[in-house]
Amino acid sequence: MLSVHLILFLAFGAVAVAGAVNLLVQRHPINSALSLIAVMAALAGEYLLLGAEFVAAVQVIVYAGAIMVLFVFVIMLLNAGEEERTRGSRVAIIFGIPGMLLGSVLVAWVVLTHSGTETVPAGVWPERLSGVPAQSVPGSPHTIGPLLFHQFLLPFEVTSILILIAIMGAVVLASKPTVAGSPPKKVKD
Amino acid sequence: MPIGWYILASVIKSAIVLFALLTAVAYSVWLERKVVGHMQNRWGPTRVGPFGLLQPAADGLKFLFKEDLTPPHVYKPLFLAAPMIAVIFALTSIAVIPFGDGIKIGEHWIPFQITTEVNTGLLLILGVTSIGIYGVALAGWSSNNKYSLLGGLRASAQMVSYEISLGLSLVGVLILAGSFNLNDIVRAQQGHFLGFIPRWNIFVQPVAFFCYLMAAYAETNRIPFDLPEAETELVAGYHTEYSAMKFAMFFMAEYANMITVGCLAALLFLGGWNGPVFGPSIVRAFLPVIWFCAKVFVFLFIYIWVRGTLPRFRYDQLMAFGWKFLLPLALANLIVTAIVVVVKPS
Repeated sequence: MLSVHLILFLAFGAVAVAGAVNLLVQRHPINSALSLIAVMAALAGEYLLLGAEFVAAVQVIVYAGAIMVLFVFVIMLLNAGEEERTRGSRVAIIFGIPGMLLGSVLVAWVVLTHSGTETVPAGVWPERLSGVPAQSVPGSPHTIGPLLFHQFLLPFEVTSILILIAIMGAVVLASKPTVAGSPPKKVKD
Repeated sequence: MPIGWYILASVIKSAIVLFALLTAVAYSVWLERKVVGHMQNRWGPTRVGPFGLLQPAADGLKFLFKEDLTPPHVYKPLFLAAPMIAVIFALTSIAVIPFGDGIKIGEHWIPFQITTEVNTGLLLILGVTSIGIYGVALAGWSSNNKYSLLGGLRASAQMVSYEISLGLSLVGVLILAGSFNLNDIVRAQQGHFLGFIPRWNIFVQPVAFFCYLMAAYAETNRIPFDLPEAETELVAGYHTEYSAMKFAMFFMAEYANMITVGCLAALLFLGGWNGPVFGPSIVRAFLPVIWFCAKVFVFLFIYIWVRGTLPRFRYDQLMAFGWKFLLPLALANLIVTAIVVVVKPS
């Protein structure tokens, strides 16, 4: 008999795949963006099934809630219309299908050879967490927090600086060009 | 507990909570009309039933029987989906909110909550409300009308901007409680300071409460931040083209969001269901739920009070307030809280 877990896993997986296919098939950008949101939400469901509550919540808040809102925003502002169907580029047909096959073979190989082994290297979990009550399963905020701010502090901070640079770049690109030498015009309140 | 019983219990609890929530939505509309009426020296609804108490039922019937227009120039699939998205996600977020501790029936412990305790309950509520933005944004876009589009854009810009302050204002509370679990956060507020002041977060984190209050008004598009539906400039904003039950769904979503925000305020800042408990065991079990509802009611009343008092902000004032005042304030509060928690000997 199928367990509830497996049924839910298959259901969320089906939604994710259907959303991804719909994303490609739809001709209107806003429909594609909405199917991407469905994919994100279905992935969040899969994370929940794996016990990664925090990652699931962050997936919904950051991707489905924040980033995709900006996508939809841009589509609404630019008033992007329906796309025209083309026959596709020849390069994509020649290299696309073999590339896709190669990619899936690689993923399948990695999954098959590494399944059953420990996914988390030994010693990653800080030892003082071993006494924490049962709610601190791997993936709960109690385990992710110390990992981010002790073990992986440097990558975490480097990523934040990277995002800061991206924001500053966007501001510089979006600001109105001023005539060289003249001070930027003050905006009246 | 076998999974069948678990699902049955969840369905029954969902039905009860949904019924209570929708009734509360209907009567908060009545309360708003009544309170604002009295503030403006009017009577508010008086004709249908005593004190106009049956007015929500009459309004509901009216919405059902009105002609449901779909203008010809709209993008139909999303025009139909938008009110559903708005109302579904507004009602979903109530699922993880605990209304009380729970009750023991036989040998089963039944928590007063649709789900069991969720470790990331607060994050789930934030996530669901952030998806609710799509209802408003898509309604504005799919109506194919300049006023609707402006309303939808304003709403989504405002909600995205104030979500940051909202989240940051909550982090101080989270640091104090050390958990995303709403039940844990309430349990951390048990007890008293100096023997008589309840250990509620509003007394420990007043700045965070202020930020939360402001951001909550903006998130629910209420006065003084109701620019998405500013009738003097935008006709009715994102729901200009909607009529009958579809319009009522946006209305329901707005008030359900108000109630959810009020529930969160009660849980995070007003001590949740903590309060004096006395009497026989059955009263003991349900008294916390009454305290909780009373706190949510106070929050809703403040909402209406503010609506009867303040004028609307200008759009640039709204954005400047959110980004230049509220965000730095919430950040400063977060830093101070973190330093105090680290320095203070526990």
